[in-house]
Amino acid sequence: MEVISNNPVLCTIALAALEQVTDPEIGLNVVDLGLIYQLDFDEAKPEIHASMTLTTRFCPMGDTIYEAVKRVLKETFKNYSIQLELCFSPAWTAERISPAGKEFLNR
Amino acid sequence: MLAQSNSNSPVNTTSHRVVLPFYGYAALSFLACCIMLFFSAEAFTKHYFHPHTLAITHIMALGWGTMIILGASHQLVPVLIEKSLYSTKLAYASFFLAALGIPLLVYGFYIFEMGWPAKWGGRFVLLSVLCYTINLVASVSKTNTNSVHALFVVTASFWLFITAFLGLALVYNFTYTFLPKDTLHYLPLHAHAGVIGWFLLLVIGVGSKLIPMFLISKYSNTRLLWTVYILINTSLLLFFLLFLYLPSATYFFIPAIAVLLAILLFAYYCYNCFKQRIRQMVDEQMKFSLLSVLMMLIPVVFLAGIIGWLLSDKAGERMTLIYGFTIFFGWITALIFGMTFKTLPFIVWNKVYHKRVGLEKTPNPKDLFNNHAFIVMSLLYLSGFVLFISGIYMSETFVLNFAAVILIAAAFLYNFNVFKVLMHKPVAHGGDQQ
Repeated sequence: MEVISNNPVLCTIALAALEQVTDPEIGLNVVDLGLIYQLDFDEAKPEIHASMTLTTRFCPMGDTIYEAVKRVLKETFKNYSIQLELCFSPAWTAERISPAGKEFLNR
Repeated sequence: MLAQSNSNSPVNTTSHRVVLPFYGYAALSFLACCIMLFFSAEAFTKHYFHPHTLAITHIMALGWGTMIILGASHQLVPVLIEKSLYSTKLAYASFFLAALGIPLLVYGFYIFEMGWPAKWGGRFVLLSVLCYTINLVASVSKTNTNSVHALFVVTASFWLFITAFLGLALVYNFTYTFLPKDTLHYLPLHAHAGVIGWFLLLVIGVGSKLIPMFLISKYSNTRLLWTVYILINTSLLLFFLLFLYLPSATYFFIPAIAVLLAILLFAYYCYNCFKQRIRQMVDEQMKFSLLSVLMMLIPVVFLAGIIGWLLSDKAGERMTLIYGFTIFFGWITALIFGMTFKTLPFIVWNKVYHKRVGLEKTPNPKDLFNNHAFIVMSLLYLSGFVLFISGIYMSETFVLNFAAVILIAAAFLYNFNVFKVLMHKPVAHGGDQQ
């Protein structure tokens, strides 16, 4: 699980906030699930360019997860506008699950 | 480097308004069917071509199995083809036509009146299937997918159309004899187009996508799925040809063995998905769905018995009744029990909590139904199922009635949970979430 970012400090804050967003079927948050690909911060505008994926394209829960990620980023960075992109290349695989996530799934 | 997607828009899934009526209708059909089972238990001590048995078979196949599968597939087809559904209007039309046609058809069979109730029922069901098939084909044609799962589902919809068309033709044949032989003679074609072509193909097509998805399994084997697809379709076409042009029971073993092989390969696929899963915790609903894969094998055993009976000329009507019962009340019901609570709570949860996720703690979709009631329902269902088969085998009405009461109790619990989910209102939640 690796999140590309131009600002490691703000990225850490964003990821901590995004741990509130859970995939309801799996019960694991989107960060440990490896759904977040990229979080770039433009402090001049200010704007966040984020990209994320879903475990499967057209996931029935996809819209809810997407909106929740956008909502949490907006709540955390109130002055920033959010550009959140859904990205399916590369496609999500189970390899993206974090060690903590794997431990949760092994319980 | 990450490749950019074409659009910023989120996924466009099928609206819950399209899907939920199918679930409600199917739940009520199952309850109605179990009640009919109690009042018509004696029919299961007679020949399988009995008006009440016909009515029960059709409410199970259409009202229960087909309705819930149609509903779920409107939600799941976009997942398989990675494109949104072509038309929600066609999906509504499919629901309303089937909802109208099924009771008419079942009533026609129950009173054995092949006049307007059965004919209009059959016409409405056929139109419903046509709407579904058009919707599916149009949805798939929008994509450039070569997904084997999508092919399973589209082919299954064609077989469903053939089943409904043949069924209506057989209803007409009662009053205007236009087929060379009587209706009873052609029943195996209608029944197997439905069971193998529609149910088996669709369940394998959707199941082969959902089972690894729910288990988060690393296993994938497209080649095996293609083999299963070819085996099932070839065996069904071969059965049609043998039945029409070489009607000797000896040859019927060939398509039966091919179907058995396909089921065994699918079971092997599921076993590997299970073995290579990342998610170790397997919930009751998933266990039930996996059990239903094994339950696919039970009807095949009885099918072999029926072919043996055809060869030996011994009385085997009971074997045919058990064969049908193990398909609809065994495999299909077990699958629906498991999959209902893997899909319905998520659809409703999505509807209710869509705008709240991330802002406040929301209940888990699994909290929308009562898991204890699910476990009691499962135990009642399994015992009622085994007891009813024993009743058919012993030809004992008392045992059949007693088993039907147990199945009614299971159906009540199923309905309790389904309607508990359907009527769920938003609640604040203080439970743990990862």
